Amino acid sequence: MSMLKIEGVHTFYGNIEALKGIDMEVNEGEIVTLIGANGAGKTTLLMTCCGSPQASKGRILFEGKDISRMPMHEICNLGIQQSPEGRRIFPRMSVYENLQMGAITQDPKHFNSDLEMVFDLFPRLKERINQRAGTMSGGEQQMLAIGRSLMGRPRLLLLDEPSLGLAPLVVKQIFETVQKINRENKVTVFLVEQNAFHALKLAHRGYVMVNGNITLSGTGAELLANPEVRAAYLEGGH
Amino acid sequence: MSSAFASSRTNGSEIVKELAFFAVVALLMSVMILGVETVDRPTGLELAVRWDLVLLAIGSTVVGRLALIIRRESISRLVQAVLITITAVAVFEMFVRFRDMDDRWASPVSFDMALSSAVSSVVALAFIAIVFAIAYFSMKEKGVVEVEESEKLSSKIQLAYRSNTKKIGLVGIIFFIIFPFIFGENRSAIDLATLVMIYIMLGWGLNIVVGLAGLLDLGYVAFYAVGAYSYALLSQNFDLSFWLCLPLAGIFAASFGIILGFPVLRLRGDYLAIVTLGFGEIIRVVLINWYDLTGGPDGISSIERPSFFGLADFSRRVPEGTIGFNELFGMEYSSMHRLIFLYYLILALALVTNFVTMRLRKLPIGRAWEALREDEIACRSLGINPTNTKLSAFAIGAMFGGFAGAFFATRQGFISPESFTFLESAVILAIVVLGGMGSQIGVVLAAIVMIGFPEMFRELAEYRMLIFGAGIVAIMLWRPRGLLSFRDPTILLNMSQKEKVAGELK
Repeated sequence: MSMLKIEGVHTFYGNIEALKGIDMEVNEGEIVTLIGANGAGKTTLLMTCCGSPQASKGRILFEGKDISRMPMHEICNLGIQQSPEGRRIFPRMSVYENLQMGAITQDPKHFNSDLEMVFDLFPRLKERINQRAGTMSGGEQQMLAIGRSLMGRPRLLLLDEPSLGLAPLVVKQIFETVQKINRENKVTVFLVEQNAFHALKLAHRGYVMVNGNITLSGTGAELLANPEVRAAYLEGGH
Repeated sequence: MSSAFASSRTNGSEIVKELAFFAVVALLMSVMILGVETVDRPTGLELAVRWDLVLLAIGSTVVGRLALIIRRESISRLVQAVLITITAVAVFEMFVRFRDMDDRWASPVSFDMALSSAVSSVVALAFIAIVFAIAYFSMKEKGVVEVEESEKLSSKIQLAYRSNTKKIGLVGIIFFIIFPFIFGENRSAIDLATLVMIYIMLGWGLNIVVGLAGLLDLGYVAFYAVGAYSYALLSQNFDLSFWLCLPLAGIFAASFGIILGFPVLRLRGDYLAIVTLGFGEIIRVVLINWYDLTGGPDGISSIERPSFFGLADFSRRVPEGTIGFNELFGMEYSSMHRLIFLYYLILALALVTNFVTMRLRKLPIGRAWEALREDEIACRSLGINPTNTKLSAFAIGAMFGGFAGAFFATRQGFISPESFTFLESAVILAIVVLGGMGSQIGVVLAAIVMIGFPEMFRELAEYRMLIFGAGIVAIMLWRPRGLLSFRDPTILLNMSQKEKVAGELK
């Protein structure tokens, strides 16, 4: 059964139609990636799933429930957590406080075990536990952003460009951890990326977005081999 | 040694240029302020010109600047110290002449004063010696090292403050508790302390809204007014006691906080500030114009004073059926009893405000406020409801404003819309900003600086506002984020106190 089902979603910013009827789905246990150029509407789609902005047409079903008219904070309490574009950690708070913020709507009894889990995934965060989050490196901040969303006990994790502005080695590390989260913690992952090569290698399935439309879909390996995708997103860049 | 640090500035013509520039600046600044004076003559007001003051101002500026140049170039400690001493004497001369002397070309007052008696010449020599010693020993051979040392010092002070916050807070509380025992008979000291305490409480209340939740509120005085008028009207029209009205005033103010909160939910920053400013003015204008209820500009007078928790009364002639405070405790009657009681009352209210804020900061709601200040989108993506969070910040901040207002009404016995102008909001906001947003001890310091100092130095008349303004500018220059501007994590793990602070500072 599909966990997240997007049916004919249109989203507008004022008069500008950013999403022009998107259909896609994310099945339980998968890593699904959405790739595309700048301004294609990837982040808009991810944010529409979270209810900000809301879809003006179409439906978004999470485990069979229509969430397209719900406010953002209620959607997030259903078991969808997102690690937003540009990380958006709380810079003046310590790492520990940031992680506490992630668990703010959760039952406190899970807190310690969840914290252990996050520290297992990102040992670096444990070293920096009392440091002010804004003083950490970009990679560490990204780890914190993912760790923070895991503290919200998601069944579906939405990641928006976790590789943004990071060194290749750190990107690799982050993607490995995402895979681990998916396999060991049984979290379904919806990954929006510009780094098409890494994302498609990691993902079970992928979608390609151009100008607010889904133009291609398939398994990660299929898309990697697709000549159009290669020409547009892979060759020359990497 | 010294030549190694000499820069290209040492060359003579550049120094002369720099001195000339400062002389012109000194002339421009002093000619209107010091140089011209209105004198009351039988024929009417006349302008008198005081060139002696202008000359002294220019002279002390140039000599002082020269001392600074010598310091910068690390030339000679001795010359520098001599120059600084001359500057100090010139400035002193200028002040004395400015206040006391009419005669323009009299011989220097300092000499007259110094030579008038043996004691005064000793004092004068001591003054010069002290200035000289400070100037001489404050200069290090190497300018570069000094900068590093001063930085180290400030971070040391910071470290000491941050690892001892609790102790400092405790010492402060103990000081404020024993304050009436030290100044028990000094009415003006108790009055001033009460006033400062009201502003500390208002500062702490506003700190919830501005410092924690990051919602810039320029109309905080509205809640203060709502609290004050709630108590005044309830006690006059329904004969309710202060102790019953206090929570009611808080509830009223909190509901006004929510009323303000709703329309401004989507606003941030400047826009929010404008709307809250308007809200504060609306409340004031309503108070002025709703004559039947509020008495308009006449205000409400003879507001009931609080009793001793309903047990005893502070008046000299107690009403039938009640007993006096002095009788209850078997003391002589003193009018100070009520003032000291009021002082302790506002101290208790302020401490409650502080305690609640400190607790809230550790609870999810307080953390949500702080998170909301930093990043609203991230907050929503974590499942925090921004509407409830903002409204609760407005309501709780307003509630403490309401408590303070009720206290203000009962202390003054008279309130009118004039007490609740925009200036009050600005002062409270300035206390929060100067203290360092979100810092509780910072608010106390800033309230003492903003309210206490201008009152204490009332004798200096109009100069105090000048000094006050300069002080604010100085604080903003040296500590642009407020006196105590750092946020300590509410929780730290597996580290000694020193390490925590050091780790934070890195």
